[in-house]
Amino acid sequence: MTYTIEGKTGAWEIVVGLEVHAQIISHSKLFSGASASYGGEPNTHVSLVDAGFPGMLPVLNQECVAQAIRTGLGLRARINLESRFDRKNYFYADLPTGYQISQFTHPIVGEGTVEIELGDGTVRHIGITRLHMEQDAGKSMHDQDPARSFIDLNRAGVALMEIVSEPDIRCPEEAGAYLRKLRQILRYLGTCDGNMEEGSMRADVNVSVRKAGEPFRTRCEIKNVNSIRYVMHSIEVEATRQIEVWEDGGEVDQETRLFDPSRNETRSLRSKEDAHDYRYFPDPDLLPLVVEQEWVDALERGLPELPDDKRDRFVKEYGIPRYDASVLVAEQAIADYYEEVAKGRDARLAANWVTGDLFGALNRTGRTITDSPISAAALGGMLDLVSDKTINGKIAKEVFEDMLETGDSAAAIVERKGLKQVTDTGAIDAAVADVMARNADKVEEYRGGKDRLFGFFVGQVMKAMAGKANPAMVNEALKKVL
Amino acid sequence: MSLDPATVRRIARLARIGIDESDVPALQGELNGILGWVEQLNEVDVEGVPPMVGTGHAALRTRPDVVTDGNCRDAVLSNAPDGVGPFYTVPKVVE
Amino acid sequence: MSLTELTIADAASGLRARKFSAVELVRAHTDAIAALNPRLNAYITTTADEALKAAQQADDVLAKGEARALTGIPLGIKDLFCTNGVRTTAASNILKNFVPPYESTVTANLLRDGAVFVGKTNLDEFAMGSANITSAFGPVENPWKRNGDEAALVPGGSSGGSAAAVAAGLAMGATGTDTGGSIRQPAAYCGIVGLKPTYGRCSRFGTIAYASSLDQAGPMARSVRDCAIMLQSMAGFDERDSTSVNCDVPDYSAAIGRSLKGLKVGIPAEYRAEGLSAEIAAAWQQGIEWLKAAGCEIVDVSLPHTKYGLATYYIVAPAECSSNLARYDGLRFGERVPGDTLDAMYEATRRAGFGPEVRRRIMMGTYVLSAGYYDAYYLKAQKVRTLIRRDFTEAFGKVDVLLTPTAPTPAFAQGEQSDDPVQMYLNDIFTVPASMAGMPAMSVPVGLGATGLPLGLQLIGRPFDEETLLATGSALESAAGFTHRPAIRAEAAK
Repeated sequence: MTYTIEGKTGAWEIVVGLEVHAQIISHSKLFSGASASYGGEPNTHVSLVDAGFPGMLPVLNQECVAQAIRTGLGLRARINLESRFDRKNYFYADLPTGYQISQFTHPIVGEGTVEIELGDGTVRHIGITRLHMEQDAGKSMHDQDPARSFIDLNRAGVALMEIVSEPDIRCPEEAGAYLRKLRQILRYLGTCDGNMEEGSMRADVNVSVRKAGEPFRTRCEIKNVNSIRYVMHSIEVEATRQIEVWEDGGEVDQETRLFDPSRNETRSLRSKEDAHDYRYFPDPDLLPLVVEQEWVDALERGLPELPDDKRDRFVKEYGIPRYDASVLVAEQAIADYYEEVAKGRDARLAANWVTGDLFGALNRTGRTITDSPISAAALGGMLDLVSDKTINGKIAKEVFEDMLETGDSAAAIVERKGLKQVTDTGAIDAAVADVMARNADKVEEYRGGKDRLFGFFVGQVMKAMAGKANPAMVNEALKKVL
Repeated sequence: MSLDPATVRRIARLARIGIDESDVPALQGELNGILGWVEQLNEVDVEGVPPMVGTGHAALRTRPDVVTDGNCRDAVLSNAPDGVGPFYTVPKVVE
Repeated sequence: MSLTELTIADAASGLRARKFSAVELVRAHTDAIAALNPRLNAYITTTADEALKAAQQADDVLAKGEARALTGIPLGIKDLFCTNGVRTTAASNILKNFVPPYESTVTANLLRDGAVFVGKTNLDEFAMGSANITSAFGPVENPWKRNGDEAALVPGGSSGGSAAAVAAGLAMGATGTDTGGSIRQPAAYCGIVGLKPTYGRCSRFGTIAYASSLDQAGPMARSVRDCAIMLQSMAGFDERDSTSVNCDVPDYSAAIGRSLKGLKVGIPAEYRAEGLSAEIAAAWQQGIEWLKAAGCEIVDVSLPHTKYGLATYYIVAPAECSSNLARYDGLRFGERVPGDTLDAMYEATRRAGFGPEVRRRIMMGTYVLSAGYYDAYYLKAQKVRTLIRRDFTEAFGKVDVLLTPTAPTPAFAQGEQSDDPVQMYLNDIFTVPASMAGMPAMSVPVGLGATGLPLGLQLIGRPFDEETLLATGSALESAAGFTHRPAIRAEAAK
């Protein structure tokens, strides 16, 4: 089913492309030796190169190139062995040199693709147009002084990747799925932390609308949207606005807009009488960047297993449902945790415990997988006790809660609390006989054909044995005497 | 190609060089003089000729990803025309 | 001989032989500056006190026998090289109070080798000009006079202050930068030697940029050997400049006096251009004869795209400068003219901060890069540049070095040339092609013209073959026996 928005004149499709700015994880900046780390006192992570002092020159950071190539490989994209840096010229207070160094005409990464999965299980492929490296700008602060804005250049020159998608996205949900998937891939690769709150990942959203079967209409660009939720909202809001404009007989102007989440609207950024003319040209301070195929190959060999591959392997290797596998590969750390638990054990049982009880516990305690109160080894140890029938599933839940609280191992808890499963047929038979004697009326009813009562007897026996009985053996013993 | 007064004003604006209306005719004349003179390049056949990129002596070098610079705020701010504390300043920008 | 008339080579041996001290040598120059700079305006900033202190240290080093190549040698530094703690203006109002907290690589190399800086020399604003008349600190006067004529002549540009200082004995040598002829043309106008090395030979780090793909630092001195000595110090790989080339720096002085037997010298037909004065044509012919006599084989060659060099230059250089000079916005350094808004501040600052020629080139460059014109101008010019470079590459398949005039005329008087910028640009017609191709080139004084002004010939070499330039240049130098001195000079002022 195509997603559409109903207007006065009928249904409208939406067309969306995303430009994601992702901060490259590196120690130093793209063209200077100043620290690229977040925070820091104002204007301390700044070299004279970043501040654009006369005679200062850029020198390219090799790791940033490697990170861009890794990302390109992760997006199954073409790596351009020759790329170039251009200058994008414009004046702004937080742009010290008056130009941003960016790869306009010859990006390091060409076409690629990202596979996304929607809530109903639909799989779609979103095309990647290109990925290029560029410099971040500094920060202007407008609230400190009545007449002046203050400038901090700590971010100026930090390396960014701009990842541009094809206009393949057709609904807000796809936009959200695309961004989550992109973030997941970047995090797997270790090339960007994907932290949208700190601004290390932000999106420009290109939106247009059209009637089914039409070519593309004019698009608007919503700048600098800093959460996935806002991206999804802004698409809907902007598409609705455009539909109104068209249906009222107007024209949508190609322009840059801002999304205001508090008012749930987009508004035009004052378009100045002189539209931007960036006067791109190759940066004469930098020569063409040439990378060797051997280096690209080596970087590829060093890549971690990517989420899609891992998901498919989990399905195949562990026999777990695709949905569970998708959940488990959401983050590298979760996947690693799961694999440690699943290795050599009942992998489906492991998946149930991780996605069920463990996730629930993490949620409740506000922790993440990396500081989980129960380690993978500990959870595995508990599952071992289930598998060798030391404890049954019900007791396992109790043990799990105890592990969460005390941090003790499952074995220690079973020992301390005497929770070892009873497999002694004599004890079970005795309990069965006792339950039957005390519920003679129910036995009559059962024998008279009330099969549903079987569960009652199991429950009574388990209760009598403080839950420690092996349920299968209880079933068997009951069947025999009933 | 020749520049009209509107284009002179537009490029002055793009270059952030303030000009008075009275400057326009002279600038227009000078720039058109230069542009007229460089028109001679139209005689040159550049079919299939690649543009010069770099100087052909070397490919781009890279540096290792090590923090070697920064933490020099005094130097960074040493020539600021109007610094306040650790910041540069500009007339208030309304966004 | 007066200390201000010595060559660097002779002064260096004199210092080692304790014939005079570094303090004496430096003081002779700072005194000369005090006496003559008010008239010549060759220096924007003088640093006599710092120079004398440095000279005392140089004497200590000399006493310990630890002298380096330039220990105690007083040099002028073009005010485009950033010097740590010493005002660096680029001859522009916008940087009139700029004090860099860093040292350019080229000047750091000279300091490492013991040089003493006596001041920052005048230039055309941001190195944009051919007559040193666009400086915000006033024009420089050429120390040479026409016979029987006191009219002030231009020293050439943009390194006019360096050329005038060296010619008049206000420095033993000076640094220059050359983007389209800014070392060679003023050297020719002032009767000294100026060498523009191969692009990438000297680091651009810390040198204020005009046109990054063309700018190259080089030495200016009164002899070919002195240029070799200075270049030895200035040249070398610098990891802070991505266009710096990592290749060995040979022993340049060893090339001086090297035999030229069998060397093939190309004479490009296209340099017999219109407007080449008869006296310069004659000097060129004389140069050819001298080189023949030194055993060179003279070969006629063709550089068919020579005539397009200037037009190409006046697209590429303004385009790059329009971007390079965007950083002068009154925000982080330099002068600011306040404004109510950010854009008002930018516009007022840049209008007041830049002179007319700089504003013109920025606007020209902004235009040729703007949407819709990039292909017609900038891209086209970069393609023509490829053709110019191919011309040289082909010529260097046949010959080892090219001999041409440096400039079409000798120095002219201030105000003598038309106000038409294009006419002024034509002074660089012979120097620009080598710049566009990144080739090394040198101007050597070979005689005086009819009016008593020095004439220079230009040698152009293969990339990174500065040695052949120096070898050939020294042959021209000894054949010419150029010992003429300008009317205004330290020695004569005493």
